[in-house]
Amino acid sequence: MLKDISKTTSKNIKMSVLISVGEHPLSARPRRAEQDARALELGLKLAPESLKILYAGSTGDSAATEVLKEYMGMGIDQLEVLDVPPKTDVTLPLLEKLQQDCPDVVLTGIRAENGESSGMLPYLLSEQLNMAMVPAITDILCIDKTTGFAEVLQALPRGQRRKVKVNLPFIASVDMAAAAPRQSAYGSAMRGHLKIDPVTRTMHDAEQEQWQISPAQARPKRLKIVKAKTAADRFKAATAKVQGGSGKVIYDNKESAEAILKLLKDEKVL
Amino acid sequence: MVADFLPNLISILILVSVVLAIVGAVRRVKLWRQGQPSTIHWAGLLAIPRRYLVDLHHVVSSDKYISNTHVATAGGFVLTIISVVLIYLLGISGSILNYALLTSSALMFVGAVFVLLRRRNPPANLSRGPWSRLPFSLLIFSSSFFVLTLPATGKLPADTGGWMLAIMLLVGIAWGVGEMFLGMTWGGPMKHAFAGALHLGLHRRQERFGGGRSTGLKSLNLQKDKLGVEKADDFKWNQLLSFDACVECGRCEKACPAFAAGQPLNPKKLIQDMVVGMAGGSDANFAGSPYPGVDVGTQPASTYKGGEIIPIIDVLVPAKTVWSCTTCRACVQECPMMIEHVDAIVDMRRFETLEKGQTPGKGAEVLENLKTTDNPNGYAPESRMNWAADQNLAVFGEHVQQADVLLWIGDAAFDMRNQRTLRAMVSLLRAANIDFAVLGDKECDSGDSARRLGDEATFQRLAKTNITTMQQYQFKHIVTADPHAFHCLKNEYQDFGGHYDVYHHTGFFADLVKTEKIKLDNKKELSLTYHDPCYLGRYNGEYDAPRYLLEAMGIQIKEMERSKTKARCCGGGGGAPVTDIPGTQRIPDMRMDDAKSTSAEIIAVGCPQCSLMLEGVVEPRPDVKDIAELMLDALSVQDSPLEISLVETHP
Repeated sequence: MLKDISKTTSKNIKMSVLISVGEHPLSARPRRAEQDARALELGLKLAPESLKILYAGSTGDSAATEVLKEYMGMGIDQLEVLDVPPKTDVTLPLLEKLQQDCPDVVLTGIRAENGESSGMLPYLLSEQLNMAMVPAITDILCIDKTTGFAEVLQALPRGQRRKVKVNLPFIASVDMAAAAPRQSAYGSAMRGHLKIDPVTRTMHDAEQEQWQISPAQARPKRLKIVKAKTAADRFKAATAKVQGGSGKVIYDNKESAEAILKLLKDEKVL
Repeated sequence: MVADFLPNLISILILVSVVLAIVGAVRRVKLWRQGQPSTIHWAGLLAIPRRYLVDLHHVVSSDKYISNTHVATAGGFVLTIISVVLIYLLGISGSILNYALLTSSALMFVGAVFVLLRRRNPPANLSRGPWSRLPFSLLIFSSSFFVLTLPATGKLPADTGGWMLAIMLLVGIAWGVGEMFLGMTWGGPMKHAFAGALHLGLHRRQERFGGGRSTGLKSLNLQKDKLGVEKADDFKWNQLLSFDACVECGRCEKACPAFAAGQPLNPKKLIQDMVVGMAGGSDANFAGSPYPGVDVGTQPASTYKGGEIIPIIDVLVPAKTVWSCTTCRACVQECPMMIEHVDAIVDMRRFETLEKGQTPGKGAEVLENLKTTDNPNGYAPESRMNWAADQNLAVFGEHVQQADVLLWIGDAAFDMRNQRTLRAMVSLLRAANIDFAVLGDKECDSGDSARRLGDEATFQRLAKTNITTMQQYQFKHIVTADPHAFHCLKNEYQDFGGHYDVYHHTGFFADLVKTEKIKLDNKKELSLTYHDPCYLGRYNGEYDAPRYLLEAMGIQIKEMERSKTKARCCGGGGGAPVTDIPGTQRIPDMRMDDAKSTSAEIIAVGCPQCSLMLEGVVEPRPDVKDIAELMLDALSVQDSPLEISLVETHP
């Protein structure tokens, strides 16, 4: 499974990594976002020379600058910042930037650690840029520019992996199961350079103005009834592949909406 | 004929070797000057004789045999040189001088005989190679001058022995002078005399002489282009000088807990590798014990011949070598030449962490946690006071603005075993009616482990944050049960403007017992031994207060063989449990064996790190108890137990 990536990967792969300012779940302090840092680690492994690292956000925030420096502590000389004012949607400036750069691969985290945290950004970008989107990858096995295909490894529950073949160019979000990011070294963090691009066209997010933001409440956990009687049963329950089967594919819009509504009612959400 | 010819030739020989020695000295000084600038303590040069005779000898005399041997050999040598220079270079003659030369060379000869005797079956910590040659050179040097001087004093007729003896003497003197004069500055074993004397004078920590102490790490300017030490020339020049002072006596090796545990560190070899990094050569020439598990001459730079300065880590020294150190300072304490091994190790760790981002093991995770949560295990900062939910502690800024004592909790707050110590400490302070308060959730990790893992940036941030927090409140003393926090607050926060009167809890309680504010039941009959924490003992010289407290409880301490300055580390310092470099055995197991050999049933400790490391040893073993816990058990309750529980504080 593990191949030497340098042999199977074409030269001159253009890769962009999108990073964000994360938030520690306990202290709420800004930090390297865990998934984004993994995306960057993957990028540094695959294309250390041609890698472009993009951050879209306000540069006025000194805490954010500290976090960007921490990313640069992973051994990056330069990081491009799209100076997007606060309360402004970052999709449009990122879209324009990526249209200019035309990368073969764009890596992001699955979702941001604060703010909207909707996880929609990679999907919106892939739709607009007409690129494939592969969610929750752990590794890129090979990128072949001549045939225009790449093989990526996708994370599934219970440690399972799935090899996926995808057309170039593509966007992929990186799962927590990917290789842990390298340590951030203070020296290169301090000496790294932020290249700030002013943003011409922005979209003011009027919706956001209205929002009230409060800390997320932990979801109540479903009671887990242990049915297993023996250790062997428990082992099977912990490791066995989840078997599908009960699901069905619905193509009709109305029918699918009804199915969702029924599920929500069954679960007493509505 | 022979009588005239020989002195002339010897004069020329000595003149030539003195000139060559001076050339060598200039070359050696140039090597040291490759280092970074550091304050030059000129006045220290005048203090060299005193420092040699008092401070250095204080260390050497822990081994009486070698201290007497060295007095005879070195004393005889110095007097011989003075006489030889006077007679053969300046041409002064006279029978007093001849007798002086005769006596001094005889003295040196006697010393050299004892050096030779010790080297018949040398222990593993002594280096062989050129060092095994040295006693013979000493014997030849001293005996040649002795025999040479005999005719002049009239004890033997001139021309005795004729040409045969003359030639033998000439060869002997050429060898002797070669080893003693040229070897001193061109890199032979006698280098220690030249570099060592200068090192004593120009030592980077002048405070260590005259009974003083200087153990805090030097702070690092984070604005510099290169942080920490990558190559030998990144050390300060006086550190390079100190490496040259090494006599390869291997006392550090005998004291080093990591070496004994089979981890790949030998402080002596490390210092010699620094010399190779500075002066060229090859570590394959090293004639002592290797780093355990690493063969000598297997590093990529083992054939390094000098010239361009090479990176140290993973070229000259394996990275795991510098990460094996527990910073226990046993090597520094034992070193007769007062070399600062720990400084050098931390300097190299700084480069590994701050520039390369390669802190091994769980090091990176711990440093990341310190950055985001101010504690090494990544607990929620607002859970720091959870341990004291039932203690009604006064918190600075919430209940009080001032108190007599600031009780520093440390990271023991997050650890259930050490919370027992904290509770005991709180009860004792209340029993003594002490007005104390804590910083609560505003307290951050002291930065000890971050600093010793090489992350000076995180240390400085934590130190500055803590200093700013403490500035807001009034208190007279800080008391803590953690010797690591104690050391940082007392010795290392000064560079950032934090000057405090800091007590370790044993020191503070000892005063309370002396002034009878705490009365201890002195009828305890416990079979107990005491383990000195490195950061309390060797770092801060506190050996008496814990022992005073234990004796005040009526306990006769069964001292371990390695105690006080020679105490063996528990293995928990310097981030060693975090980097976790494998060895052949574990350091806490070895320390527990020390304790078991006293047949004590309890091992008393004064450090949360020690209690964790020692409690991690598999049973059966002695119980591990903090002195505060023992004191609480022995607290005399004759003056109404109710009164103690009624000392109600805030809120």
